[in-house]
Amino acid sequence: MSPSETAALAGTRDEAVFSEPWQAEAFALVVALNERGVFSWTEWADALSAQVRQTNAAADGSDYYERWLAALEALLVRKGFIEQADVEALTAAWHRAAHATPHGQPILLENDPMHPESTV
Amino acid sequence: MTHDHDHDHHDNDLDPMAARVRALETILTRKGLVDAAAIDAIVETYETKVGPRNGAHVVVKAWSDPAFADWLRRDATAAIASLGYAGRQGEHMQAVFNTAETHNLVVCTLCSCYPWSVLGLPPVWYKAPPYRSRAVLDPRGVLAEFGLVLPEGQKVRVWDSTAELRYLVIPMQPEGTEGWSEDRLAKLVSRDSMIGTAVALAPEAA
Repeated sequence: MSPSETAALAGTRDEAVFSEPWQAEAFALVVALNERGVFSWTEWADALSAQVRQTNAAADGSDYYERWLAALEALLVRKGFIEQADVEALTAAWHRAAHATPHGQPILLENDPMHPESTV
Repeated sequence: MTHDHDHDHHDNDLDPMAARVRALETILTRKGLVDAAAIDAIVETYETKVGPRNGAHVVVKAWSDPAFADWLRRDATAAIASLGYAGRQGEHMQAVFNTAETHNLVVCTLCSCYPWSVLGLPPVWYKAPPYRSRAVLDPRGVLAEFGLVLPEGQKVRVWDSTAELRYLVIPMQPEGTEGWSEDRLAKLVSRDSMIGTAVALAPEAA
């Protein structure tokens, strides 16, 4: 780390809270699940710490919310609330739904050609 | 994934991260663990309602009300909650007061623990590895990069936040601001002055 790295970071003073909508959603999911008692904040801090301490973390912190989401998935899998395979399957379904949705219309999971309800 | 669609046609595409968040939200909604309205409400709160103005209110109150300052020293969690700023994760707050002898600097070396209820969400640099590692090893060097050079003889004390305990720096009140209204004083209290990478603005700079 060079001193200039921090100097450059210190210059980014007035950035938006979230740079993309998905970051806000990922953030809010964690707050909501904690408030519901799915995990304690200490458990969450440990999970996030494990992700951001990885040596390949971006020095400028630009991948922070990618790591935030990875920490959330890992914690929920470890505690048995979700299965990784379900996340992968639903992610693929959302991509298919987006491709199948005409431009300008809201993307709905039901638009996935492989969605059970879309074949009715 | 198949790519049998017409590439000349501009169909919708989801960002990979956006699709993953939607997938997770879908699963959690189906399990009844989250609902969309609650998620929207949390986003709105943190985008528009919670921010460093809350912390500035705490600081200015401490400057102008010795009894509040004393309460803040003894039980920051309760004193801050009395102004309506309560942490959502049940965390405890500690207020660390700058003095002529000691300047305070806050970091979270582990991840990004931060006093959300009074400062909103942390800036990018607070979450980035260089600040998290260097604030402890070389606090004066880090402060210099923020343009803050402390007087010789003023010590720097670094506070490492945790999930349970978050810190709020109470900067020193600038000279020449005695008797100012709380609103006027609040303009001197920047977010960075409550993390410790700055001091309160001088009256002529506000």
